[in-house]
Amino acid sequence: MAELEQRGDRTPAPAKWEYASAPESREIVNLQERYGLFVGGEFIEPRSGEYYRTLDPSSEEPLAEIPQAGAEDVALAVRTARDAFEDGWSAAAPAERAKYLYRIARILQERSREFAVLESLNGGKPIRESRDVDLPLAAAHFFYYAGWADKLEYAFPHRRPKSLGVAGQIIPWNFPLLMLAWKIAPALAAGNTVVLKPAETTPLSALLFCDVLRQAELPPGVVNIITGDGATGAALVKSDVDKIAFTGSTEVGKAIQRELAGTGKKLTLELGGKAANIIFDDCALDQAVEGIVNGIYFNQGHVCCAGSRLLVQESIYEPLIEKLKRRLTTLRVGDPLDKNTDVGAINSRQQLEKIEELVAAGKEEGAEIYQPPCRLPEKGYWFIPTVFTNVAQSYRIAQEEIFGPVLSVLTFRTPDEAIEKANNTPYGLSAGVWTEKGSRILWMAQRLEAGVIWANTYNRFDPASPFGGYKESGFGREGGRHGLEPYLDFDGAEAFGG
Amino acid sequence: MSRLPVKKTYKLYIGGSFPRSESGRTYEAEGQNVARASRKDVRDAVRVAGAAQPNWAAMTAYNRGQVLYRVAEMLEARTREFAELTGDEAEVHAAVDRFVWYAGWADKLAQVLGSANPVAGPYFNFTVPEPTGVVGVLVPDEPALLGLVSRLAPVLVGGNAAVVVASESRPLAAIELAEVLATSDVPGGVVNLLTGFRSELAPVLAAHMDVNALDVTGADGDVPELERLAADNVKRIVRGSVDVQSPWEIAGFLELKTVWHPMGL
Repeated sequence: MAELEQRGDRTPAPAKWEYASAPESREIVNLQERYGLFVGGEFIEPRSGEYYRTLDPSSEEPLAEIPQAGAEDVALAVRTARDAFEDGWSAAAPAERAKYLYRIARILQERSREFAVLESLNGGKPIRESRDVDLPLAAAHFFYYAGWADKLEYAFPHRRPKSLGVAGQIIPWNFPLLMLAWKIAPALAAGNTVVLKPAETTPLSALLFCDVLRQAELPPGVVNIITGDGATGAALVKSDVDKIAFTGSTEVGKAIQRELAGTGKKLTLELGGKAANIIFDDCALDQAVEGIVNGIYFNQGHVCCAGSRLLVQESIYEPLIEKLKRRLTTLRVGDPLDKNTDVGAINSRQQLEKIEELVAAGKEEGAEIYQPPCRLPEKGYWFIPTVFTNVAQSYRIAQEEIFGPVLSVLTFRTPDEAIEKANNTPYGLSAGVWTEKGSRILWMAQRLEAGVIWANTYNRFDPASPFGGYKESGFGREGGRHGLEPYLDFDGAEAFGG
Repeated sequence: MSRLPVKKTYKLYIGGSFPRSESGRTYEAEGQNVARASRKDVRDAVRVAGAAQPNWAAMTAYNRGQVLYRVAEMLEARTREFAELTGDEAEVHAAVDRFVWYAGWADKLAQVLGSANPVAGPYFNFTVPEPTGVVGVLVPDEPALLGLVSRLAPVLVGGNAAVVVASESRPLAAIELAEVLATSDVPGGVVNLLTGFRSELAPVLAAHMDVNALDVTGADGDVPELERLAADNVKRIVRGSVDVQSPWEIAGFLELKTVWHPMGL
């Protein structure tokens, strides 16, 4: 970076960066040829009798056979979770519950390299990221919620919190283990039992997590993991659970809300986004460029809160775009297990096709595309980090969630205009603000319709920090004290304050 | 000859005015002709509520609290009229006290429901409650006044605007309350009260894309269908209590915003 600075802003980066490859060994991961459903503390064969193959998206190499749980399997898992809830978990001393969660956190820390490699193998994300972000955060999440398990009365004074029963949880493929942690940790801390369905394309870290549960000696049936596609998820939504927690697309979220209408079942939804990342002319420009890159190319842009709409103040538009394009030429796209890789593989063929379709729409509608020179591997699913300029607010690439490494750039003149454009979306998950002026950060934060606002940073997460959306990005929060509430019933409210 | 009293015309309350239904329809309830609002009246009410809400939310919490306290003052002054309507003076007193109780929450919500979050990094990270926006409220039939106040006050104190569908069989308390609100410094459009047939109005409110939350506490009929319609824009569904006061009743109409503010030299 220092070398770059010396060359001055206007010199393009060298066309080719030479790096020796630095692959992380796969040896630490022991894959089974075929997995079972994890129900009642053991792996069982699916009654459906059906399996599908999970792949390494960077090579399309099949990794293992995974059960496709049918309605009967789902019902069995829910019944098992119900029994476990009634046969002891709900009566277990909260301090003991806490200690199980602490154990899980510790084991995840111990085995983090193994999980990181597996996560990159099955999901396509760079090892640097699964090692430095997904795993530390997953362990931290369990550690954080462990401490709440025996302090719930302090979290919700006068409300007499009590556990719900069985929580049905459906998670996406972009952060498989981290999303599992976000779901399971607060559910167990609140005294519930769990049936969790990992995403169809990324089941392996959740299945390895079952081994962590074994090591932690968690009672059988408290956590059950069932694999499968959307049909399995739909069966879980319809099953006899007390609560559904879903992270995924807005379309599926709405379908779940409709399905649960009138049932009185608790529901939390963490859905899509089309976040504005807003760059003011007084920002620290180089820092902002790093933040833009981290905002949209982190995890191949497979991030619901990705900063996919860049709003740049007109006065710095040209220098910023030039710096950004130059930075893009230095991004290393390739082998997820290479420690130098910045951008890994697209998670699935289906997702790649969706990205390609929206990018084609962007070109069609008249936006100007920029992609750095980049050699992609021959096998696997890949997409070059992409910037669209000359984007109008009405374009599909400015309205729809792409969920890939594609940035749409728009401009603004005044803070009011920035707010108007940023809020011009049915989504409301997150936003970024870049300025050196603290009062402006708070002025903007107050007016942005989004659940998470990052100032002079982006895509930062912490177990103590509540996360979740406004508007069609969903409802309910994960993280922090607020993240416990969706997993509890309160029967004390009426006795209070009357 | 004894004096002939002047009778009131019971109308809607939209945007701070008292219009008749644009449909020109009325129906008879509690011995009076009452406006029978139409789908278009609902849409008009949602539009003015959406326009009024940001300014209501932008008031200082202290100011909003005072406005709601003023509602209690005006309600108290009309105790006799409301007691005649409800047949229960104790209910009127309870409704006044409920407004006072909720008025006091305006400048305390953020302290009770928000948090400062100890994140691992150089950021001041905090979470604050914010209004969800426009709330559709389906008012329960009983108790006519206290049920209405119990559902409306928690919506307002958090900075939301409301489109209220009054009780179909007991609508007069709502219209009477509109007159209280109109003289209480509650900005026009922050509360809009519609009388009419629930089965006609509720689905329009539930499906409206500019309504952010739906309080189904007083809903009757096909409530699952209302909730299904509400999913079109991921509305927050609130199933509250008819006669309860609690900060958690307010929380159902709030969003939580978390801000990562950098620290450093």
